[in-house]
Amino acid sequence: MRLETVTTDILIIGGGAAGCYAAVHAARRSRARVLVVDKAAIERSGCLAPGVNAINAYIGEGRTPEDYVKYARHDAAGIAREDLLLSMAERLNAVTCDLEALGLVIQKDGAGRYAQRGWRNVKINGENIKPLLAKAVRSFPSIRVLERVNVVSYLTENGKIFGAIGFSLTEELIYVFHASAVLCATGGAAGLYLPNGGGSARHALWYSPFNTGAGYAMGILAGAEMTTLEMRFVALRCKGTIAPTGTLALGAGAKQVNALGEVYENRYGLTTPERALGTRMEQAEGRGPCALRVESIDSAAFDALRKAYLNMCPLQALSWSEKKFAAPSSLEHINFETLCSALNGESEFHPRLTGGRRGFALSAAGQFQSDIALEVEIECTEPYLVGGHTASGYWVDIKRRTTIGGLFAAGDAAGGCPQKYASGAMAEGAIAVEAALEDIQTAAAAHCPERLVCKSRDEMLRFLQPGKALFTVDELETAMQHTMDAYAGGMGAGYAFNMAGLGKAEVRISEIASMSEELRAGDMRELKRICELRERLVVCRALIAHLRAREETRWPGYGRNDDYPEKSAAWLRYVNSVLREGRVEIIFRDMAGEKERL
Amino acid sequence: MSISLDAEACVGCGGCMAVCPGMLLEADAKGKAFIRHPEDCWGCAACVKACPVEAAALYLAAEAGGRGGKLSARKEGALLHWKVTRPDGASETIIVNSQNANSY
Ligand SMILES: Cc1cc2nc3c(=O)[nH]c(=O)nc-3n(C[C@H](O)[C@H](O)[C@H](O)COP(=O)(O)OP(=O)(O)OC[C@H]3O[C@@H](n4cnc5c(N)ncnc54)[C@H](O)[C@@H]3O)c2cc1C
Repeated sequence: MRLETVTTDILIIGGGAAGCYAAVHAARRSRARVLVVDKAAIERSGCLAPGVNAINAYIGEGRTPEDYVKYARHDAAGIAREDLLLSMAERLNAVTCDLEALGLVIQKDGAGRYAQRGWRNVKINGENIKPLLAKAVRSFPSIRVLERVNVVSYLTENGKIFGAIGFSLTEELIYVFHASAVLCATGGAAGLYLPNGGGSARHALWYSPFNTGAGYAMGILAGAEMTTLEMRFVALRCKGTIAPTGTLALGAGAKQVNALGEVYENRYGLTTPERALGTRMEQAEGRGPCALRVESIDSAAFDALRKAYLNMCPLQALSWSEKKFAAPSSLEHINFETLCSALNGESEFHPRLTGGRRGFALSAAGQFQSDIALEVEIECTEPYLVGGHTASGYWVDIKRRTTIGGLFAAGDAAGGCPQKYASGAMAEGAIAVEAALEDIQTAAAAHCPERLVCKSRDEMLRFLQPGKALFTVDELETAMQHTMDAYAGGMGAGYAFNMAGLGKAEVRISEIASMSEELRAGDMRELKRICELRERLVVCRALIAHLRAREETRWPGYGRNDDYPEKSAAWLRYVNSVLREGRVEIIFRDMAGEKERL
Repeated sequence: MSISLDAEACVGCGGCMAVCPGMLLEADAKGKAFIRHPEDCWGCAACVKACPVEAAALYLAAEAGGRGGKLSARKEGALLHWKVTRPDGASETIIVNSQNANSY
């Protein structure tokens, strides 16, 4: 197979929110050569591919970055690094302004200020956020973009990185990247657990199914210190479409109601994990299915809501239309039958009685005159590892340096800094490249030993040799997901786990990993599937070790340790890990320790 | 979660293949786009928006509550014309202006 070597100053692995923004930031302030490598095409790659709803992380009028730190720490039950949060929060507004300069449409109020949704959100048209970022990246001649290249392994030795290795997904070609600094921006990990929907809906996930934890796995295998993997993220979503619920709750004022019509959210609390937990408790106690209910929405508001969903999760809008309830704005398709079935409660739209009359009336212009109530069924997803929502990922310093010399991490790949979302991921990308640019000025570019390249290349190529495996990639992936589901706190186990089950999970995951050694690929796409499975298995193994290490239940919304069902003050510390001589070694780090590190 | 591709309408421009984040779209012998593993689709609609002839359409999997409707899109300047076609042939169009922020 052909092998191409590319040398650059800064290698950015993953051209998502963090990676694209980092590249632009570096190009604006230096002449350094930047290389962005992505397995997809950066116009529509990573979590931003479908579009987003809002800028979720912004410091609104009268608030400070410190307020953001407080909020994020509270949401994470204390397991979040204040230094990382503050350095991120201080840049959120600058990043947002910059996005506007790049073409993002942001709503303004009468005084020309950004229109807020709560104090941390800004209203935007986020459908084209990724194409805009890609356009900015492509406008700089100092940035080279290599797409459809899957990066699989770092070139490291003695705690220092020389570059990375990957392969083309369109031709038989191996890429060797040599770089003075490397930024890992590959996002988080989906697909570790059995998903909500099976069969033809197996990729109906909240998180991008194409973010397979490559960055975490490469770091773990290279001996990088990882943090808080045990803090999995569980999202509360619209059933079936897996569309976001925040838009309904924060934007349209929807309340969580159970099957009895009772508003239950106040019983459990309004943080992200509390909303998820409350829904599961209601279901467990026989009061499900649960829904988000907007008491009263008029036709114009509903139309706007549907458009918001089209900008980020079109399936939800499709689902509404499918249910035979034509849009208030296109009444030519509403016939009397549809109206009646809506009135009879057959659809999700419940008529409200206004002044003793049925709440529907058509004006001359054909609009609904009175309000209707809207209900959307909700459910929790399977767990994910996402450093931008929870705090799983690389253990980094305030400059986003990992514990491997020359390797940086930003966005969902970086740990310790939850609630960063899109703007925070970009802020971290900017922080990381600023430090990388400084570091490469002082450090002499090191020469990568040839044997490192040969070793990584051979590990990849052996999957293309002739041979026969016992099982297919799909079968092993499902086996992994079943194992995680049953023994490591998946949906099927009510998100609960105990030490005995985790022990079983550990054994089974390592069995699956050894069976995966025999897999064989006929082409580069099949090779990608094998690599994705194997990186997920590496992540699962480390995740299981983290779940075992934390002997308490810190985030009941995201899972419960049945051997230690309570939260304990003694566990207000970080669970970190390093792979040493083939074993996942756990390291505990105190909260106070973080101050000394700075 | 997946998409359907109308081989008759497809002009083989490759726009959908270029954007799919999962690299799930390929060209058949006639150069028309097809999806080998529909179950691997995330439902992001990147291909739907990239298709110039509305040959790519999103549908909701039966497992996920789908009822057979399809969603395609056509771009006209700043306007995106989304079209829902229900199995009985009825359709409706929802026009989204990319210059307007979400109200929610
Ligand atoms: C459904 C959904 C909705 C969201 N909505 C909002 C919102 O409304 N507002 C908001 O602020 N935030 C939102 N977020 C969060 C936001 O999208 C993320 O925080 C942000 O995208 C994280 O940036 P990232 O760069 O770490 O990851 P990503 O943006 O996902 O980028 C990762 C990149 O790495 C590439 N990659 C992965 N593995 C490899 C590999 N092995 N080799 C090469 N390339 C690789 C991927 O192709 C991708 O381009 C949402 C997230 C999701 C999942």
